[in-house]
Amino acid sequence: MSDIGERVKKIVVEHLGVEPDKVTESASFIDDLGADSLDTVELVMAFEEEFGCEIPDDAAETILTVGDAVKFLEKNAKS
Amino acid sequence: MRRVVVTGLGMVTPLGCGVEPTWKRLLAGESGASKIDRFEVSDLPAKIACTIPRGDGSDGTWNPDQWMEPKEQRKVDDFIVYAKSAAKQALDDSGWHPATYDDQISTGVMIGSGIGGLEGIAETAVLLKERGPRRVSPFFIPGRLINLASGYVSIEHGLKGPNHAVVTACSTGAHAIGDAARLVAFGDADVMVAGGAESPICRISIAGFSACRALSTSFNDEPTRASRPYDKDRDGFVMGEGAGVVILEEYEHAKARGAKIYAEVIGYGLSGDAYHITAPSEDGDGAFRCMSMAIKRAGIQASEIDYINAHGTSTPLGDEIELGAVQRIVGNDAARVSMSSTKSSVGHLLGAAGAVEAIFSILAIRDGIVPPTINLDNPSVDTPIDLVPHQAKRRDVDVALSNSFGFGGTNASLVFRRVVQ
Repeated sequence: MSDIGERVKKIVVEHLGVEPDKVTESASFIDDLGADSLDTVELVMAFEEEFGCEIPDDAAETILTVGDAVKFLEKNAKS
Repeated sequence: MRRVVVTGLGMVTPLGCGVEPTWKRLLAGESGASKIDRFEVSDLPAKIACTIPRGDGSDGTWNPDQWMEPKEQRKVDDFIVYAKSAAKQALDDSGWHPATYDDQISTGVMIGSGIGGLEGIAETAVLLKERGPRRVSPFFIPGRLINLASGYVSIEHGLKGPNHAVVTACSTGAHAIGDAARLVAFGDADVMVAGGAESPICRISIAGFSACRALSTSFNDEPTRASRPYDKDRDGFVMGEGAGVVILEEYEHAKARGAKIYAEVIGYGLSGDAYHITAPSEDGDGAFRCMSMAIKRAGIQASEIDYINAHGTSTPLGDEIELGAVQRIVGNDAARVSMSSTKSSVGHLLGAAGAVEAIFSILAIRDGIVPPTINLDNPSVDTPIDLVPHQAKRRDVDVALSNSFGFGGTNASLVFRRVVQ
């Protein structure tokens, strides 16, 4: 994984309390990593904090997997 | 009306995690008070509190990770973790783990709190001001709401009966047990998980209670001597934290499954002072009426009461007013009654106090021993009532009454009796 990928993975592991090897690019936050709708809101906030960017609600709704998050942040990350 | 008995107990207190570790230290006359080291206290008038001994879970220490996953703990204030801990202990003690749909819908939860997630509210208010609304967590609201203690417990154990919460300041725990017992007596549930939880040891809370002039400030250098109900040097209460939970069960239901029965809830009384937002009415009328109601409901004479677990917070006004009301209640039988304030050891657990003290009353019945009022060196008034100074005392206890009085003038009394099987 890229640097951004590793940072995303770290946040996911911390917030969802999952084993690092489960956090693959194709892993779905809700279906594979046990998140509920509130967890996903908090995850998006954590990404915003880490990467210094705003993730609008309509964009957040398309971020369903670890790979979706990495892809979005590779384009939009400011830090 | 159906009979209601207590079949399980659980607690987390400043004397430890679990009923037996707490009870043992309470009977030994120990104090849970120490200097506050969790946050800055140099600018606070009160610098001490009774805090839960945290550790790896051995030797009566409390390990939060045993009761809630670390990633879940982040989302809630501590009162919810305390409630989950006490509720799990109580359900395990009772051996009641409803698995069928019918058993689940007949088991409810009523765990209250006086102020809920005050610390989380204070921290989030600062975050909102400094960083703006987009930084406010989706878990902010569900992690602070008082009824989420009952919510989390119901989710963990699959309890689908009545789900309720009490908020009556320092009477919360007693009201929760009394009201939950009513639900069982009425048939709304066969089993209720009931009690109180509180996590008030944070800067904003100490500042607020200090402003009310409610806390002890003269013993900052001798924390274990600060909570001294009925003593002439008392100067306010010592803040505590924790949770107490009991399993209330319909008598035939408990008998049918061969459950251990600690005691029966035979009386419950409630009253309002209609006097002042923080001070008790000087004539003790509210306290007198709620004890009277509980005794009448129990169908006993006041002379049958062996032990009273007093509200006795160690404030200059409240202790003597309660004592006066109790003297009116027991009259000529005053000399045969033992009354102690266990807040001398554990401090004031606010919304959890009534539940923790109900458990102490039940254990007094179980073991035939009454816990002491520590630090009672020089009673401020003469009374024929035995205030159990310094040392626990062996004596038969068949009937015990527990008092709780809260800000707003809200009073509750519970009466428990030994069950002869």
